[in-house]
Amino acid sequence: MDYINMLAFGVYPYIALAVFFIGTWIRYDREQYTWKTSSSQILESKQLRKGSLPFHIGIIGIFFGHLVGLLTPKPIWHMLGVTNEMKQWVAIIMGGIFGLICLYGLAILVNRRMNNTRVRANSSTMDILLLWILLAQLVLGLVSIFYSISHVTYGAEGEKAAVMVALMTWAQNIVTLDPVDAVAAIANTPVDWVFKLHVVLGMTIFLIFPFSRLVHMFSVPVQYVARQHQVVRKKFAR
Amino acid sequence: MKVRAQIGMVLNLDKCIGCHTCSITCKNVWTSREGVEYAWFNNVETKPGIGFPKEWENQDKWNGGWSRNKKGNLELKIGSKRRVLANIFGNPDLPEIDDYYEPFDFDYQHLHTAKPSKHQPTARPRSLITGKRMEKIEWGPNWEEILGTEFEKRKKDKNFDDVVQKDIYGQFEKTFMMYLPRLCEHCLNPACVAACPSGAIYKREEDGIVLIDQDKCRGWRMCVSGCPYKKIYYNWKTGKSEKCTFCYPRIEAGQPTTCSETCVGRIRYLGVLLYDADRIEEAANTPNEQDLYEEQLGIFLDPHDPEVQEAARKEGIAENWIKAAQRSPVYMMAMQWKVALPLHPEYRTLPMVWYVPPLSPIQSAVEAGHVGMDGEIPDLKSLRIPLRYLANLLTAGDEKPIIRALERMIAMRSYMRSHHVDGVEDLNVLKQVGLSKNQVEEMYRYMALADYEDRFVIPTSHRAYAENAYDMKGGCGFSFGNGCSDGNNGVNLFGAKKQTVRQVIPVTMKE
Repeated sequence: MDYINMLAFGVYPYIALAVFFIGTWIRYDREQYTWKTSSSQILESKQLRKGSLPFHIGIIGIFFGHLVGLLTPKPIWHMLGVTNEMKQWVAIIMGGIFGLICLYGLAILVNRRMNNTRVRANSSTMDILLLWILLAQLVLGLVSIFYSISHVTYGAEGEKAAVMVALMTWAQNIVTLDPVDAVAAIANTPVDWVFKLHVVLGMTIFLIFPFSRLVHMFSVPVQYVARQHQVVRKKFAR
Repeated sequence: MKVRAQIGMVLNLDKCIGCHTCSITCKNVWTSREGVEYAWFNNVETKPGIGFPKEWENQDKWNGGWSRNKKGNLELKIGSKRRVLANIFGNPDLPEIDDYYEPFDFDYQHLHTAKPSKHQPTARPRSLITGKRMEKIEWGPNWEEILGTEFEKRKKDKNFDDVVQKDIYGQFEKTFMMYLPRLCEHCLNPACVAACPSGAIYKREEDGIVLIDQDKCRGWRMCVSGCPYKKIYYNWKTGKSEKCTFCYPRIEAGQPTTCSETCVGRIRYLGVLLYDADRIEEAANTPNEQDLYEEQLGIFLDPHDPEVQEAARKEGIAENWIKAAQRSPVYMMAMQWKVALPLHPEYRTLPMVWYVPPLSPIQSAVEAGHVGMDGEIPDLKSLRIPLRYLANLLTAGDEKPIIRALERMIAMRSYMRSHHVDGVEDLNVLKQVGLSKNQVEEMYRYMALADYEDRFVIPTSHRAYAENAYDMKGGCGFSFGNGCSDGNNGVNLFGAKKQTVRQVIPVTMKE
């Protein structure tokens, strides 16, 4: 069991993150032409618009929820006067809301990709795989909410919501390159299988990231707002 | 004054016979690839008609081009920058493939492999997107060819707006038909560039050609909506937008674009225009739409003016470009004779592909005796409907420039006819339209004879000065983005597909 814990929560994350960083870097450097959103809206617009907006709103909410929730060190929460229980409830409620919004959109998008002949014919294996992985991950995340509710009060006084804390500790130790403590955090707390699967699948998303259309999230065109309308390029340096 | 140069184009619709040679040669060179079968960088439409894609001129539907916002500033019709970003997850103004047409091919192979049967084998169509059998082809790139559909459908043509009795027009259709070849306008104030969230579309400073950086395009699709001419096409295979390149490799070498080179009717002209880049926004933001044509003329600069030449040199415009600007047929037709007019100036993009309006509807009406005479030439004002239509197409509804252009062309014909047939110099007709004898003879040379050297005055660009030719040696030349990195192994980890190979989807025949 120790070996599997180490492999899944100590080694696999680094393999996934290494592929994520190096793969994305190589793709950005060498394969700009493939760096795109891969939109299929021209083939089918109505369902896409219905599904894409809630999906993106949901998943962006979830993404930032995880980022802030998992990676903000405990002392900062304490400083802000946020107790573990409060944080857990916020995570449950916000995660639930964004998760359901996302699920609504994703369900439409999965249905569209599988059943619209034109979209399906023009989908790569990765396009389809990615959607199903996201759906599975989202469902796992939503199911985990019930487990979270059941152990908000789990843990010693002042150390409630211990499972959430264990996952935070794991994530923060992974980021600070301390896999031994990271694995220990998960191994020494009774973390439910849902969370474990969710973590492993989450790492898998990092793993496939550079090979999928997910890379488009690095190209969010925020600079557009500040840009001049017209772009003129000069070929000839005078 | 900031002088910039651009290669502009004029199409003499009076001579267009609608043969589609331009479209075909363009397709063969640029878009005979998977993902852009449906795209025609150059297409020829029969007017009146809704065109390609369907109703592209109807900006109430597509929201292309620019409009003035409440503060009196120019704003994209698809919305402010913030609204563009807000719509990034699902573009509300994007045409679907059916608004163009579902690309198709025919199973020609079946003709070779069919077994003996009672009936002759046929090559049936199949979709190039799904690979599936198409029982019926519902629309194509030129479905309205020579008024091919019923008037009920064609009547939706946006240029019929303000023509009160559309039904009269329907009866009129026998005498009213024209061809409209369309390509990217390479605008001075391009809406596609402004709409691109990634900043991948740009206008080249030295020749004004608008291009899409295929490496920087991320496929947000806002350009497709932004362009009011719907001349940006989303490649559904590569996920990148593509557009008319104005055949820039040819232009750089001093050669005409493929569509111009192959035009059998000699209707296309290419030449340099000098313009004042500082005044683009001011001109595009003119409150009254009908003033946009004149405003655009106002920012073109006279290449014979020594001051302009001096300013051009200061901006680094080469001497051969200034010389070419002086001989530019585009300048003559647009500025001197005022026979060429912009396509839909009301979109506020300041288009740079201009059109000489066709005389044919007027000519046939005159021959049918519908039109009275005004002195030496037919009284065009009595031809309200086609004039209105042409005005909606070319001058945002202002009929005066249309009348001037048409009268000048009629006068030219009339003068040259009396000159050649009767041996008389009919100067009265020239006086009536405000042309001199010299001018009309030049017009005749350029518009009727239209020699190759007169039609295409394209200065070569000076690439050698700009780039280190030694470094370019052995480079990859034209590529589908990605620099030269596309190897020959046929496998790509990141899912890039070969653009030069058509992946034929086999169809199982059930017969």
